[in-house]
Amino acid sequence: MTDIPDSAEAIRRRGEGLSGPSSARIRKKRRPLNVPLTSGVALVGSVLLLGILGQVFWDPGLAFPAEARPNMPPVGATSLRGHEGTWANPLGSEGSGRDMLALLIVGAPNTLLMAVVAGAISTLIGIVLGFIAGFSRTYADPVIRLISDVAFTIPPLLILIVVQSSLGSVGLYTMAVLIALFEWPRPTRQIRAQVLSMRESGYVKTAEMSGASAWHIMFREMLPNLLPFLAASFILAVSGAVLAAIGLEVLGLGPTRIPTLGTTISAAIDGAAIFRGMWWWWAFPTLVLVILFSGLLLINIGLDTISNPRLRKGAKNP
Amino acid sequence: MRGPSLHYVVRRFGIFLLTVWVSATIIYIVPRLAPGDPVQATVARLMADSGSFPGAEQMIADWRERFGLNDPWHIQYLRFLKSAVTLDFGYSLVSFPTPVIAIIARALPWTIGMLSMAIAISFSLGTLIGSLMGWEHTPRPLKTLFPVSMIFTALPPVLAAVFLLFLFSSVLDWFPTMGAYARDAEPGFNLSFILSVIHHGALPAGSIILVSFGSWALGMRSMLITVAGEDYTTLGKAVGFPPFYLLYRFMVRNALLPQFTALALAIGSLISGAVLVEAIFNYPGMGTVLLGAIRDQDFTLIQGATLILIVTAAFTVFVMDLVYPLIDPRIQVE
Repeated sequence: MTDIPDSAEAIRRRGEGLSGPSSARIRKKRRPLNVPLTSGVALVGSVLLLGILGQVFWDPGLAFPAEARPNMPPVGATSLRGHEGTWANPLGSEGSGRDMLALLIVGAPNTLLMAVVAGAISTLIGIVLGFIAGFSRTYADPVIRLISDVAFTIPPLLILIVVQSSLGSVGLYTMAVLIALFEWPRPTRQIRAQVLSMRESGYVKTAEMSGASAWHIMFREMLPNLLPFLAASFILAVSGAVLAAIGLEVLGLGPTRIPTLGTTISAAIDGAAIFRGMWWWWAFPTLVLVILFSGLLLINIGLDTISNPRLRKGAKNP
Repeated sequence: MRGPSLHYVVRRFGIFLLTVWVSATIIYIVPRLAPGDPVQATVARLMADSGSFPGAEQMIADWRERFGLNDPWHIQYLRFLKSAVTLDFGYSLVSFPTPVIAIIARALPWTIGMLSMAIAISFSLGTLIGSLMGWEHTPRPLKTLFPVSMIFTALPPVLAAVFLLFLFSSVLDWFPTMGAYARDAEPGFNLSFILSVIHHGALPAGSIILVSFGSWALGMRSMLITVAGEDYTTLGKAVGFPPFYLLYRFMVRNALLPQFTALALAIGSLISGAVLVEAIFNYPGMGTVLLGAIRDQDFTLIQGATLILIVTAAFTVFVMDLVYPLIDPRIQVE
């Protein structure tokens, strides 16, 4: 019986309405620690911390070319040429003499910042268009749906290749805006579908009948209920933006002067780091990206279990 | 079983046409908004390469005439749309006498072949693992083992490609580092050529499989848990069908439908991923073509290659949309 967890959830939400020990028992049982969400936040937070603490404890200026001795391995490793790593460059240095640790310290926040800006813009577009399409029963819905259906079929990366190859070198924020301009259909579709189904729920009908304005229903009644879902949508957009950025950067279309994790990996590929045995050149930025992506994925799973109680471990597997 | 309704087919086809038109228009407009002129840029680069260049002015004028850059913009736009429909994108600016479509025709089959193999394997593997993860009779050890296999999920395929290239080509030397078949293999329908193609395609396809099968598994798992709670499954259980029969006939077949929709939605990102993976492995598909075109600033080739890839994506989605009502007749209601 699937609706048992749902109704238990409903009882918990109404909470105070129930008397006695049964409600307390239910509430206690339904408050497990959200492990995926917590660990996801910790992972993303550690990437952020790397950027913040790194600025304090290490010299970010070493991220410029020729600031370090090039092609040096990390401490404890030996390069194919027989050099041993020193504490001057704990994570080694890359082909043009940039210190790897400084590159990560400067690059990780840049990647994250770009992705958050792009994710925020595309989620905002998604919220506006999704609410208008899902809520209005006029021509707006079919029009928005058609536009997002069309835009959704076009792979953003391919259009971005054309855009950026003709624009030449771009800055971090330009890139964020460009990515957002082609990433909005996903959040728009997701939010529209949620709004559409929530529109039929009892409390929206009640609000409608008591004469609340459309504005009030959308942003005071429905939006708060959709928050976990919107957060998940935002996180998905952020990881989509990192994905798009890395794709562009690997093809050599990223920002050329500002180091990011993607441009570092791209430089490593161009510099044949894989075949020169310089694993530290690509492995460290890749590792930071793996941590970032896993963190975003875990946050998403955690938010999913909040907005869809059926997926909870506590909910009995029927 | 009825076929899809006419209205549905027309709408889907309309979306396909609109997609191609919109992307063709963006691809046409954007390079013209940017400062500079591809012909001048190309000639400037030639001049930089070879020092002085007698008659450069004449050459620019000639090329502008040849590429039709002197015509009014709407004529150029219509000509571009016509070329998009007839798949005639003119000549590559860099390897001049070669038509763009010839370069694409050599590369596209490799991309489609490698990518469809990768999708087939990762989709079936992910669906299988997902069903077992959501099934109540799956042995515990397996259930704890599966999530571990998914550590690469949600990683960009490029990063998986770099990692696999390092591990299996550079360190272990099990797989070749580039190309689609060995130089001494004779292209044709013979065993050594086919084996060589599989050997060369294993890592590019493997990178895509590694990062994508987990998301199919996760989707399938949550869908299977939902289906397991449906009344008809309870009925099937009450009737006393054996667990495996119940899993296959009652749960998996119903849980598969959203998986199929998810696959149609993922086509675009899968193609983007394949393009990047190919660029890493120097696989002679569209990715390597695009990478070279971007490096050489070969604008006609970039335009042609991206448009062809978008058309491929849109057409695949269109075909899948047509097939979907056949496997789920309820779609008629829409």
